[in-house]
Parts: sequence; C-alpha cells; structure tokens
Amino acid sequence: MSEFIQYTLQGLAAGGFYALSALGLAVIFGVLGVVNFSHGACYMLGAVISAVLLGELHVGFWVALVVVPILMFAFGVLMERLLVRWLLALDPLYNFLLTFGLTLVLVEAVKQRYGVSGLPYEVPAGLGGQVTVGSVNLSTYAIFACLFSVVVCVAVGLLLTKTRIGMIVRASTEAPERTRALGINVGRWVTPVFGFGIALAGLAGVLAAPTRAITAEMGSNFIIILFAVVVIGGLGSILGAVVAGFLVGLVEAYGIAYAPTYAQIVIFVLMALVVLVRPSGLFGREEVA
Amino acid sequence: MSDSTSTTSSVDAIAGSIATEARSRMLEVSGLSAWYGEARVLDDVSIDVAPGEVVTLVGRNGAGKTTLLRSVMGLHRQTEGTITLDGADLAKRSPDARARAGVGWVPDDRGIYSSLTVAENLLLPPVVHADAWPLEKVYEFFPVLHERREFPGTKLSGGEQQMLAMARVLRMGSRLLLLDEPSEGLAPVIVQRIGEIIREIKSHGVAVLLVEQNVKFASTVADRHYLLAQGKVVEHLGNDDFRAREGELLTYLGM
Repeated sequence: MSEFIQYTLQGLAAGGFYALSALGLAVIFGVLGVVNFSHGACYMLGAVISAVLLGELHVGFWVALVVVPILMFAFGVLMERLLVRWLLALDPLYNFLLTFGLTLVLVEAVKQRYGVSGLPYEVPAGLGGQVTVGSVNLSTYAIFACLFSVVVCVAVGLLLTKTRIGMIVRASTEAPERTRALGINVGRWVTPVFGFGIALAGLAGVLAAPTRAITAEMGSNFIIILFAVVVIGGLGSILGAVVAGFLVGLVEAYGIAYAPTYAQIVIFVLMALVVLVRPSGLFGREEVA
Repeated sequence: MSDSTSTTSSVDAIAGSIATEARSRMLEVSGLSAWYGEARVLDDVSIDVAPGEVVTLVGRNGAGKTTLLRSVMGLHRQTEGTITLDGADLAKRSPDARARAGVGWVPDDRGIYSSLTVAENLLLPPVVHADAWPLEKVYEFFPVLHERREFPGTKLSGGEQQMLAMARVLRMGSRLLLLDEPSEGLAPVIVQRIGEIIREIKSHGVAVLLVEQNVKFASTVADRHYLLAQGKVVEHLGNDDFRAREGELLTYLGM
C-alpha cells in the first residue's frame, strides 16, 4: 500500500509537468491554431537554463522558478514575432514543420554547448528529504512539485474564466473569425498568448530539473507523451489538458512500477481507448459539421 | 423576372423614386464584386440602407446573399468596390475595425459561444457607440437572458440564442445590423417575437440589413427589398410592391 501511494505521488508530480506543458500547448493551439512541436524543446530549455543558472551563475531553484518562465516568455515572443507569425496565414502544417525544425536546432545547439552527458542539478534546500505520513515515506520535492503545478493550473484556470483577457482568449479559441467580427482585435493577443504558452513549458522544465536527467534530448520523449495528453484531453480544451496531464502522469507511473516492459505502451493504449469511445477526447467539443 | 430589360427599368424606376426622398445613408455598397477563387459570386452589386430602415436581401440559395453580408463585415476579402458606413470607407478595414465602426454581426448559426456564459456572450464585444444599450436595458427587454445569464451560451434554445445574438450587438451599440436568416428553424411564435425585436431596433434609428428566405416574415418587418440572382441585384422593391408580388416571389424562390 505504501508503495502504491509513493507511485501515485510520483505520477501526480510527473503529471504536473505534463499538465502545465499541455496547458501551454492548448492555449497556443486555441488562439493561433498552431500545433507547437517545439514545446518539448522549450520544456528542455527550461530545465537546461535552470541548470546553467545554478552551475555558472550560482542562481538557485527559487529564483529560476521566477526568472526562467520570464526568459521563456521572451523567447516565445521572439519566436512568434520572427518566425511563427509569417506562416499563420498558410496551412497549419507549415508551422508544425517550422516548430519541428526549430526543435532540431534547439536540441543540437544545446548538445554543441553542453554535451550529451547531462547537466547536474540538486533538489533545492528544504525540499530534499522525505515526509512521513503514517507509515509512508513521501518525497518532499514530489509533494511540492505536485502542489505547485496544481496551484499554477488553478491560477491559469481563474485567469481564463474570471478575467476579460481570459474571456477573449476563450472566445478566440472557440471561433477566431466570429470574435473578430464582434470587434475584438484577436491579433493583438496572439503574441502574448504564444509567449505565455512557451513560459508554461519552461516552468514545467524548471520543476522537472531536480528530478530528471537534464539533457538536450529530454524533450524528445516528452513531446510525444504531451501529444497523447492533448489527444486524451481533447485538442483545444483547457480543462482537458490539465486533467489528462495528471491522468497520463499517473498511468505512466503505475506502468513503470507494475509493468515496466509495457510502461511506454500503456499511455498509448489509454489514448487509443479514449479516442475509440470519444473521438474528440475526454473534454473536447464534439465536432459539429 | 426572367426578362432582363423590364427588370433593369423597374430597378431604375424604384431607385429613382426612392432617391428623390434624399435619404441619408448608413450603409452604402457600390459596385461590389466578390470572388471565391476564380468564381465570381457577386457582380457589381450596389445597395444602401438608411438609419432606422430595414432592408432585406432575398434570393435563392447561392444567389450571393450571405457573401454580401460577409463582404460588408470584412470576413470575405476577395472583393472589389466600395463599402461605406456613415460616409466612412470600410473596404480596407479589418473585420474588428468594421465592428468597432458600428457594424453588428448576427450570423446564420447565431454565433453563440459555448465556452462563454450568456452574460459573457453579451459583454464580450466592446461598446462602440454612445447609443449602446446598457446591460440593464438588454435584460429588461430580454428577461430570459437575465434568467439564464449564468448558463453556457449554447444551453439556450434556438430562439433564445437568436435573441442573445441580437442583444449582443445592441449592447455593443452597432449602427448597422447584419442579420442572416434570423427566422430560420424557429417556431412561428418565436419568429413573431424576432419581428417585434427588429421593429424595436428600427425605432432606435439602427439600420438593418436582413437576409431572409421567409418572404412573409420579410414583408412584416422590412421597408425595401433587393432580390439577388446569380450575384446580381435583379429587382429593387418597396414593401408594398413586394407584398403585391408575394405569390410570384414565393414561386420564384421555390417555396
């Protein structure tokens, strides 16, 4: 039983990384119609920048938690302004290819600069030990990562449901053309939303840094699972991205614990089952012809 | 109607008689052509709508009625010709700039957001004119929207969604409403209510350009009618003429 609770916590912590990143992917897809293949690379950058801040500048985890998302927001703004924007009018496939290419560039650049062996990172002071609840020992950092992800997801949820900006983002996500016809300059929100989505991926990277091997390739597997999360949750659904993120984290953790050989397959079996029963995902809107 | 020479002369005659009233024009579309790729779907269309006037576009499916509305809104960009609102040139402006200039969009699918509540659907567009209805007035005029204000927009019935779509542009303060088949798929009693709302809108000096297949309904709310066929204005009728020729028009429209 205590093992099961530990696996559950590990799953929820990993799920938090997926949920944050998928949330970013969902808002970008919603407002721009862009499937950002480089989301995994942005998650990797978040972790790598944290490691570099610590290793070269002795800037610790707590500062990174604030600074890295801001840097990634700026990176996202540049990416949208310099690259993504010019392809928006074309078939969405062009931006998918662009961000795929960008992924290769980012991964190779990190490899060139920092090698392939991985960068060291420590669990921040104060979160290193374990907490004993009853007879179960739980990793303090996993509890922190999990709670922090939930808090950020709830905060983003409130931003989307309770503010005028959120209302505009939801409306643009649902029907961009109609929203323009109702007097909203949707284009004005495109750059900040893109930056915001990238910042969320970067934030997931910072949170993952103390618990993952920080390598140039860490985003490659991540993005594949992230797409499974988005399909399970329903493309374009904010709530779906979060719920499916935590769900996939759990399923993956149980898979690794109880069926290690099949751990990777389990997620995609889950995805296939969801798509069979609900083609538009758990929270996706039914396609209306 | 198939005789093109008599058609042209009747258009001129009516245009002439109406022009002598020297109406001020809210919307003026002149020499508008539109394409989908190589296919020309509007051919040199000129229409106008005055403040407080309801004008319909009547025609068979594919005659170009919806394309004309979309072109005025700026959603269809492959166009030539001039579109002015209250004298201001709209042709080069984006859809959101046109909306802020006073064009109100009420699409044929009502365009209600499922991810927004009824109240949010009303509050989404910016207020663009001093004559905009305050939220209290909207709720007073449409009590059902007040009752259901916390519901997701698409949980409303078809008729209620139509009212919400119209209320939304009134709250915005649009000076010209583009209504695409507001009566479509609604029960007669609801259609009657939509008619009352259109007359109320008209009494506030708002201009209405209405696409309507329901000829009977059109004749109860409109002042003038343009008949479109294959992307051209083939008839321009005052409402009395329109009523007199209702049977003929119904046959022509295949209804």
